Amino acid sequence: MTDVTVSDPAVARQSLPPARTAGMRLPLQWLGVAPFFIFALMFLILPAFYLVVGAFQNAEGEFTFANIIALFQPSIMAAYWISIRISLASALIGALAGLAIAIAVVRGGLPGWVRSTTMTFSGVASNFAGVPLAFAFLATLGRLGLVTIFLRDWFGVNIYTLGFNILSFWGLTLTYLFFQIPLMVVIITPAIDGLKKEWGEAAATLGATQFQYWRMVAIPVLWPSFLGTVILLFANSFGAIATAYALTGSSLNIVPILLYAQIRGDVLQDPHLGYALAFGMIFVTGLANVFYIWFRARSERWLR
Amino acid sequence: MSETFLSIQGVRKSFGATTVVKDFNLDVARGEFISFLGPSGCGKTTMLRMVAGFEEPSAGRIMIGGKDVTNLKPNQRNIGMVFQAYALFPNLTVAQNIAFGLKVAGVSKAESDERVREMLGIIKLEEFGARYPYQLSGGQQQRVALARALAPRPKLLLLDEPLSALDAKVRVSLREEIRLIQKKLDITTIFVTHDQEEALSMSDRIVVMYDGRAEQVGAPFEIYNRPATKFVANFVGTLNVLDGTVKDPSKAIVHVDGREIRLKDGALNGAKAGDALSLALRPEAIVLGRQEGRDSSLIGEIADVSFLGSVIRVKVGLGRNAVSLDTFNNPASPPPVVGQKTEISFSSGDLLVLH
Amino acid sequence: MKRSRIWSWVIFALGAAYFFIPLIATFEFSMRMRRGEYSFDAYRVVFGDPRFQQTFLYSTVIAVFTILIGVLLVVPTAYWIRLRMPRIRPVVEFITLLPLIIPAIVIVFGYIRMYGSSSPLPFLATNRGADVLLMIGYATLALPYMYRAVDTGLRTIDVRTLTEAAQIHGAGWTTIISRIILPNVLIAVLSGAFLTFAIVIGEFTMASLLNRPAFGPYLQNIGANRAYEPAALAVIAFAITWGCMSVIQVLSRFAPKSANNPN
Repeated sequence: MTDVTVSDPAVARQSLPPARTAGMRLPLQWLGVAPFFIFALMFLILPAFYLVVGAFQNAEGEFTFANIIALFQPSIMAAYWISIRISLASALIGALAGLAIAIAVVRGGLPGWVRSTTMTFSGVASNFAGVPLAFAFLATLGRLGLVTIFLRDWFGVNIYTLGFNILSFWGLTLTYLFFQIPLMVVIITPAIDGLKKEWGEAAATLGATQFQYWRMVAIPVLWPSFLGTVILLFANSFGAIATAYALTGSSLNIVPILLYAQIRGDVLQDPHLGYALAFGMIFVTGLANVFYIWFRARSERWLR
Repeated sequence: MSETFLSIQGVRKSFGATTVVKDFNLDVARGEFISFLGPSGCGKTTMLRMVAGFEEPSAGRIMIGGKDVTNLKPNQRNIGMVFQAYALFPNLTVAQNIAFGLKVAGVSKAESDERVREMLGIIKLEEFGARYPYQLSGGQQQRVALARALAPRPKLLLLDEPLSALDAKVRVSLREEIRLIQKKLDITTIFVTHDQEEALSMSDRIVVMYDGRAEQVGAPFEIYNRPATKFVANFVGTLNVLDGTVKDPSKAIVHVDGREIRLKDGALNGAKAGDALSLALRPEAIVLGRQEGRDSSLIGEIADVSFLGSVIRVKVGLGRNAVSLDTFNNPASPPPVVGQKTEISFSSGDLLVLH
Repeated sequence: MKRSRIWSWVIFALGAAYFFIPLIATFEFSMRMRRGEYSFDAYRVVFGDPRFQQTFLYSTVIAVFTILIGVLLVVPTAYWIRLRMPRIRPVVEFITLLPLIIPAIVIVFGYIRMYGSSSPLPFLATNRGADVLLMIGYATLALPYMYRAVDTGLRTIDVRTLTEAAQIHGAGWTTIISRIILPNVLIAVLSGAFLTFAIVIGEFTMASLLNRPAFGPYLQNIGANRAYEPAALAVIAFAITWGCMSVIQVLSRFAPKSANNPN
């Protein structure tokens, strides 16, 4: 007769009883998660690992740094540099805009429907990347886009003659903001929710103005989450290709597009250089995510 | 008699159609410790928040130190406030938290450091200055919150159920500390709680609130022994209610569970023979068994015995009524047995007629 | 307090403008196909295009299989972790976050190198094999979202007690998972499924590099060659994404609230 009082912690801590396999309990547990690990290994870890190893090999299979060094040639460095700049720009602007919107919606005293609508929309918009997004912005700010024509016909301002072009660095950044800002809103909202109302009230009783409260308490508390999310946005943008490809073709030479061209047709004349490119991407996004996790851990420690 | 420091005059607060605080009037002397006591929803926290400035009264005014503050923002009222959820700033150390009000006021670093040291000494956490809130226990956090509120030397201290989130033992020790600190600094204080033991043990005066109104204002002794209304009698302390009938109003005789009890002269003025009546009796006024000097007694049967350690709570069934009374633990004799026939005695003067 | 409310409205309005103007512009542009007047011509062309139908159908089928793979992979794993092996949860969670770190283009590059025609597992030697690899790739991309959805769903139901109750009644593992656990996390699973669908439908990189006739490459191709149809497609794509998200929102309202205190 088994005692099924699960409330007793000693009982709950025991493994469940398939008694016939009592002796083989250890291996059997792993059987349950084996498919997952095999899948992850075969289709996530090993492919990435394969590329990383290939980055350090030459055509004969010997270990070499030559590919990594070759990354530092001007055209590839330019590609990395432009990728980094676009990612930084869209991450910083996206983060600040997203923060402003999140604060306005969560703490700005607006009616309840504003918040739920914004959250839903942000969930949608953060997934609306890729090719359709490029189309949307072409239809908005392209040469024949609605806004372009509107500004020209109603205000006499032709943004294209003024030097703007959707198929450019700033055009792409502006387009990226469409999924970066909502991503920021979605991620930072829980952190803003975590700003307890009592903190603001306590600060007020201690004589602080709203500005002083934000400067001395709220912003420092949000800072790790904010910085962490900037980094996440950076990594998100760095790896994105579909939107850029659809918008600028290969005219804007960001790293993913370079890699794409390399995979398609070995434009770099050296397959191992392709591996090195991929490794470089993993390195950048991996580093960014390490920082993100570190910042998140720090902010969670405070708010325990 | 100390002069009035805080004056709440005719304050009313409505949220839409509901009136949460109804015509509240109170004068608090300088250095006095006042408790707002009542169940959830009675309006005590709303009233406190109006004194703090977080809510605007729908009518009436609030005067602090002779100045009308009704329209002032909270950061202009020179008050200190302690919240139920501690509300310490998580990104600042204990010392920085305490210094917050001073920093906002532009106090020099030297003076601020000195004040922080003083406050840490008062709350007995001298070595904790460099710690962060998440490293402290609940009780420690609340003490820091108190120090933070008091550091800028406010004129008024407001506490919103500060002990409700703490363990029982911590609650008891902390409330003694709070009272000591308050007396030492001689600061006018308002303390909101739903725990009558806290209110009774800490306050100079208690305001018992119910449904937005002050039911009774008075010293703990007054409130407990001479409750003005049925609510106060029921809410503060345990109360035994005896139902009986009026026998002879002129001689103040009532009939309870087969026995006659004679009340004080005039206690039944206005009642008619045969009226139903409720009498209240505190548990400590009842003794198990017959006793000299107690002029009334009732017979009954032990219904329940709870051994609480030093106190034994006994429930006695008396026909229509039942009473709860306490006796002390006596190592030499065992507690009474359920089912045992017994008699209870009390003084008729201890009976309260409930309206 | 009042002044900050004005600022909030201003910021909200600016944000709304930034997000709505492109959508409106896209819609407006898509209506401009017929010279001089607004019409749904672009949509008619798009829906009538056999390549639209083929690629959309292809992507939908792939999405369904991807969802199946995802569910079969994630639900038993998440369940098992919760029940028996809570200690390796951080490891598993880290793995599910890897697809967010390793960009899709890198993943598919790895596939091409590892599973090409000359490898021991030649997925890419046949079209069917490439289809399977694409599904696997998508399941990998959707892994973070699917795992998080299912894990959250499992968190609100007391997995341990349910399992023990089932075992007392003599249920075996498959019965437990399919008849006890799955119905309770169905809402979470469906949320993950719709998110997967949204991801798969618009995906370009993997489909393009694996040379599969999916919706993403079709969109890209149309964009390079046509003027008004891309706008119509963008509107359609957005509507689909919005639809998926709305379903998820509605579903979350039917999710089981925890009956007892969750760990």
